[in-house]
Amino acid sequence: MNRYTLAILVRNQFGVMNRLTSMFRRRQFNISSLSASETESDKYSRLTFTFDGTENGKQQLINQLYKLPDVYAIKELLTDNSISREVMLIKLKNDSKTRSEIYAAADAFKAETIDYTKDSIVLQLIGTAATMDDFIALMSEYTILEICRSGTASIEKGGATLRQNLML
Amino acid sequence: MLLSGSDILVKTLIEQGCDTVFGYPGGQILNVYDSLYNHQDEINHVLTAHEQGATHAADGYARTTGKVGVVISTSGPGATNLVTGIATAYLDSVPMVAICGNVPTGQIGTDSFQEIDITGITLPITKHNYFVGKVEDLADTIREAFKLAKSGRPGPVLIDVPKDVQVAKCDYTQQPPVVKDEAFAAKELRIQEAAKYINACKKPLIYFGGGLITSEAQDEMLELADKIDAPIGCSLMGLSAIPTDHPRFLGMQGMHGHFASSMAMHNADLIISLGVRFNDRVTGNRQKFARGAKIVHIDVDGSELCKTVNAACGLRGDVKLTLQQLLPLINKSEKPEWAAKVNALKEEEESYLDNREGLTPRRAIMTLNKYLGENTAVCTDVGQHQMWSAQNLVFKKPRRFASSGGLGTMGYGFGAAIGAAYGTGERSVLVTGDGSFVMNMNELTTAVRYHIPVVILLLNNGVLGMVRPCPTLLYDKHYSNSVLDNKMDFAAFAKAVGADGVTVDTPEDLDAALKTAFTAEGPYVINCMIGKDEFVLPMLPPNGSMDDIITKLEVEL
Repeated sequence: MNRYTLAILVRNQFGVMNRLTSMFRRRQFNISSLSASETESDKYSRLTFTFDGTENGKQQLINQLYKLPDVYAIKELLTDNSISREVMLIKLKNDSKTRSEIYAAADAFKAETIDYTKDSIVLQLIGTAATMDDFIALMSEYTILEICRSGTASIEKGGATLRQNLML
Repeated sequence: MLLSGSDILVKTLIEQGCDTVFGYPGGQILNVYDSLYNHQDEINHVLTAHEQGATHAADGYARTTGKVGVVISTSGPGATNLVTGIATAYLDSVPMVAICGNVPTGQIGTDSFQEIDITGITLPITKHNYFVGKVEDLADTIREAFKLAKSGRPGPVLIDVPKDVQVAKCDYTQQPPVVKDEAFAAKELRIQEAAKYINACKKPLIYFGGGLITSEAQDEMLELADKIDAPIGCSLMGLSAIPTDHPRFLGMQGMHGHFASSMAMHNADLIISLGVRFNDRVTGNRQKFARGAKIVHIDVDGSELCKTVNAACGLRGDVKLTLQQLLPLINKSEKPEWAAKVNALKEEEESYLDNREGLTPRRAIMTLNKYLGENTAVCTDVGQHQMWSAQNLVFKKPRRFASSGGLGTMGYGFGAAIGAAYGTGERSVLVTGDGSFVMNMNELTTAVRYHIPVVILLLNNGVLGMVRPCPTLLYDKHYSNSVLDNKMDFAAFAKAVGADGVTVDTPEDLDAALKTAFTAEGPYVINCMIGKDEFVLPMLPPNGSMDDIITKLEVEL
């Protein structure tokens, strides 16, 4: 099993996400992370998703995606030619015994406090998915109340863009 | 020209070369039916008994003509009744445009009377579907749908048109029919790689499917077969592409395929597959499938390459164009040893043929063959009769066989035969069974209404024959709900709805009945009585390989 990241440019229209996720579901592709947003052009939305699978499975997924008329471009992003970031909001229990340890870790990870009450602390962390996993592992020593992760956003290094891959 | 949405819809269909549509009216599509009435000199509407029959008719029309089949229905139940027909077309890559009405846009999402989310329902069974939110988008949406339906690997496209969009007006300008996306050959590098495999092989087999018919690549395939001295087999969907009596043709492959055809595939060292997928009905147990063979796979749909079996060389591209580029790279060679082996398989197959006396299924189909014209389309339902037809029908011309291969839709055949009669402009034939026929026999009323000459050969064994062998062989003869034992008199039913029919139980009577049926003015039902314990042979047991093929029945019934 390998982890793959695909960036896809799709038609910016309601229901398009449903078409993609419906295809994943009926062909049993298990997506580990998915993020979607509008782009520099209002004609397109951009999706980044990561999934674990085999080389054959990845190729099949790409082939099936190409069959959807709303899909305009697909590119596999490899770790050495792309940058990936994720945002995580993590809510922890605030208590005097663990507060200083949590903040020591938060400092080391450059996490920012975005909400603070006498019962809870919400930290914001930006980084790679692996950084998030590490931070969660560290925080599991304490009481995690809630986690919300954005899913990975990925972009190629250098001047190349996804729109250069548009299928005409 | 300022026109209503419904007029635009009908005019765009006409503009796209559509001369016949199949359908059923209802509240939310009435405006379109009014426009159809006003344009009846330019476009013919065939009213079926049920929307499912209409989709199958559009499908049969599409398969026999190569054109896009069009079906129209109302919202809600009208739309959901299309589902089986659309799925059938999707699994068999049939170009189709399905149009249904819906409640006005203001009422969408409120569970109005006869409102249903048909674009949601048909998402996994269409190439694409559209909800037309405003009349300005209507004509272009229909054009795009036609283009999508027939481009690349064909398939069904659905358009959902709310009532207010049918009423609203906008400007319409006629446009020429859309053309398919331009076909492309596979990449040159891949073609060179494929040529290497083909030039090195000793025991090649060419295996084709419906994609060969879509691509019209018969000549190129036969040239390749002659060049490398290869036998040819096909999937159910490939039948009728080349004449059945072609000396290189071994017939259909797979679970109930011709013995020689399946065995040649099993023993080949190279399978050259053209516009065909490796369905489980063909491969059986994939781990044991053709273990000695490499596969060169040409398909316009890249997702078919390495989907179920690994291809040594997968080529995404139009079969015809790819073969045209491949052929000059192929060395001419004779393979006498392989040809002798294939001939031996053919002789062995001869020895398994069912030559019993009396009205056997095989004799029934062979008798039907005598009456088939070059242009006669034969449609089937799904079951044993379908396999007996596939094994024994003699085809002379492409697009003269329509059968539900991928989805295996019982009840497909009657609608398809109606569509095929319109498509070919000739008498069509439905071979069916007593299980399948009852599913959609309401369409006999349609055939009577329009005086459509359909010869219905109903092989009646009183049981669901295709599921019956499984209990016989595998489930200790527990015939759970597979014995129909209908008390129905099918000939009397035919007469009751204004057709004619007869029951036969000897070969002589069948011959006489077919003679009558092929001169009848309208539909004619031949209720052909056969034994309840007839099997389809050969048979590949579920999850078996060709080593396990059953050619003779040794179980006690």
